[in-house]
Amino acid sequence: MQIGRVVGTVVSTQKHPKFEGAKLLLVQPLNLDDTPRGAALLAVDGVGAGVTEKVLIVLEGRAAGEALGRKAAPVDAAIIGIIDTVDVQP
Amino acid sequence: MHVARVVGTVVSTRKDENLVGLKLLLVQPLTPDRQPAGRPLVAVDAVGAGVGEEVFFVRGKEAAFPYYPVAPPVDAGIVGIVDHWDVEPPRAGR
Repeated sequence: MQIGRVVGTVVSTQKHPKFEGAKLLLVQPLNLDDTPRGAALLAVDGVGAGVTEKVLIVLEGRAAGEALGRKAAPVDAAIIGIIDTVDVQP
Repeated sequence: MHVARVVGTVVSTRKDENLVGLKLLLVQPLTPDRQPAGRPLVAVDAVGAGVGEEVFFVRGKEAAFPYYPVAPPVDAGIVGIVDHWDVEPPRAGR
């Protein structure tokens, strides 16, 4: 799993039926010092996260489908938690 | 998934039999400020997208799920057309 920050929302009408009702959020993965790492990605939201929140994301199909509550959904990323704090031991 | 713009079409006649009837599109992944991110790639289209549209696509074996129980040998598939997306500009000190 990875840590990221929600940076935007995406709206889509014409989409695969398994996405019906799913919330799509644009997430920027972060380094441990909160700097951006790599490209932003699109994830389905399983926990009610919002823009600017720090979140826990899974980047794997089966886990993302579980978060959506649907089997065989064509998803590869999902938000599975909102992060309160991260402590890094120096 | 990733947001991308459809920048072209790909036509193939001789191909894996499970690819017959599938539409192949060339997509350019985008950054949140709509700039190209990395190299373009070919994706199968499950939603009827067209050139010039913003879409989102899934990577990996999940790209074949819209065609279940057929399992076409693909690693990227368009699964939605983007109506609009809003990006919060980064703010200092958050």
